[in-house]
Amino acid sequence: MEQSVTAGQNNVSAGKSQPGILGDRIFRGITQVSALFIVLVVFGIVGMLLYDAWPAIHKFGFGFLTSKEWNPVAEQFGAVSAIFGTLVTSAIAMVIGVPVSFGVALFITELAPAWLKRPIGTAIELLAAIPSIIYGLWGLFVFAPWFADNVEPWLTDNLGNWPIIGPLFNGPPMGIGILTAGIILSVMIIPFMAAVMRDVFDSVPAVLKESAHGLGSTTWEVVWKVVLPYTRVGVVGGVMLGLGRALGETMAVTFVIGNSHDISASLLMPGNTISSTLANEFTEATGQVYMSSLIYLGLVLFAITFVVLALAKLLLLKLNAKEGKKS
Amino acid sequence: MTINSSAVNELAKNNVREIDRSGDAPTHHQGVGRTTSAKNERGTTEKQAKIEVKDLNFYYGKFHALKNVNIKIPASEVTAFIGPSGCGKSTLLRTMNRIYELYPEQRSEGQILLDGDNILDRRQDLNLLRAKVGMVFQKPTPFPMSVYDNVAFGVKLYERLSRSEMDDRVEWSLRKAALWDEVKDKLHQGGTRLSGGQQQRLCIARGIAVKPEVLLLDEPASALDPISTLKIEELIHELKGDYTIVIVTHNMQQASRVSDYTAFMYLGELIEFDETTTIFTNPANKQTEDYITGRYG
Repeated sequence: MEQSVTAGQNNVSAGKSQPGILGDRIFRGITQVSALFIVLVVFGIVGMLLYDAWPAIHKFGFGFLTSKEWNPVAEQFGAVSAIFGTLVTSAIAMVIGVPVSFGVALFITELAPAWLKRPIGTAIELLAAIPSIIYGLWGLFVFAPWFADNVEPWLTDNLGNWPIIGPLFNGPPMGIGILTAGIILSVMIIPFMAAVMRDVFDSVPAVLKESAHGLGSTTWEVVWKVVLPYTRVGVVGGVMLGLGRALGETMAVTFVIGNSHDISASLLMPGNTISSTLANEFTEATGQVYMSSLIYLGLVLFAITFVVLALAKLLLLKLNAKEGKKS
Repeated sequence: MTINSSAVNELAKNNVREIDRSGDAPTHHQGVGRTTSAKNERGTTEKQAKIEVKDLNFYYGKFHALKNVNIKIPASEVTAFIGPSGCGKSTLLRTMNRIYELYPEQRSEGQILLDGDNILDRRQDLNLLRAKVGMVFQKPTPFPMSVYDNVAFGVKLYERLSRSEMDDRVEWSLRKAALWDEVKDKLHQGGTRLSGGQQQRLCIARGIAVKPEVLLLDEPASALDPISTLKIEELIHELKGDYTIVIVTHNMQQASRVSDYTAFMYLGELIEFDETTTIFTNPANKQTEDYITGRYG
């Protein structure tokens, strides 16, 4: 009996060994090609951007990054207002979106009763599936008028006189502007960040949480001191995913930001972002300098995203080094 | 350092005496009658009880996991729970600091008196309870922070200590857990970088750092190699003067080596509870005998 079993095993392994090795090779080849392809695509995009933006780079140099001028008639272009708008709207989106996503994810994983987890999870996924043009239309026709009538006057009246942050909230209540764009953006990125955070919070072993509870920690202490450090990499990843989307989001922002090439201290005033400028002006870009300036803008956006990601990695490395982190 | 805990024990004894006088309510369940009478005949009972479980029933949703369990865990001794998988020994352990309440579908009925205080009472402060009743799990669960911070974690929740006092406390706990010599040069490295056995001793150090009165050990050595297991067992011996220790184990040799009292459980019921030597040499119950002689489980 025993002998026949071992004999059988030998037969099986002998029969299988050839295709196994071949399959392995093919599999390795496919994965290698895929991985290399990604690198190729990234360099290809950078190359094309550089190539197409070259006339503008040649004409304006790094002055492009410091000039406020945006005058298609005189063919004078500068990226400052677009960069400013991009960074400020994204910052607003993060300030609102990160705590809310954190709270949502925390509620789902740690606090919600079992029957409530699924409906909330589904709602989040649905929110993520709404196309950005819908957010834009909703923002323009529903949110902006309501915001102009109900919230902006209140902001001006109550916060407009404060010493440092006052100027941020002074301005005509138009509904569209940097603040509105930031808020719409936050709604758009919350589902992504919340979904990622929920998944990483779920990945924390139950015994780890039990140990912390077992020492008498409150839920808050468990989350803050154990769950969050344990899932740090994943949480930062989720936040970066949201930030990347906020930086690059085009349609919804174009609808509600007002599209003016101005920089204003007030968040209630219209502005523009890199991607909204591209969306608005590509069709009307006449002449090589105008066109390549837009592409230069695209290159700048690429660089911003890259720098943000690099900073995030750096932050993680520093945190890990500080705590003498696990293998 | 030990003055503190002996004072606590003194207090515990006083409390328990009070209960013993008033706690002879005639609630007779089958299981209870059997165990208590068996004990009384042998005259081994009247050790001061640190924890007294009364008519405890436990449910996982609809599953009835503990059935009318009654047991008195003696103070400053080691009590082992043995029994086949699924018999409810871990469940019983997990009611003693109410850790099961993290899961809404789990609930208990009955009473568990810690120094005469019913800990299953709704009004009981859970966090204070868990500071008094520490727990160590089957798998080591170091927090994602340095060795030092792991040990200091629980202490920081309850006490404001100066830097040097905290240093002392951390060293004291690590020495108690027989880990100090191995980690004193890497206190600020990640706790997750230690070996499995060291991690488990780190978790024990973390548990005793808050100076609990009771230490619950849920198969603390089952994931460890024999040498680490031996260290943990020596540690249990070392600790038992100062703490009341309850240990769940699959390993009967371990139960006989480390414990003073042993409870045998089967299918959610407490079958027999007595001094360890009695349980292993002369069990009163046939089921117990079958189990310890390896006839089932």
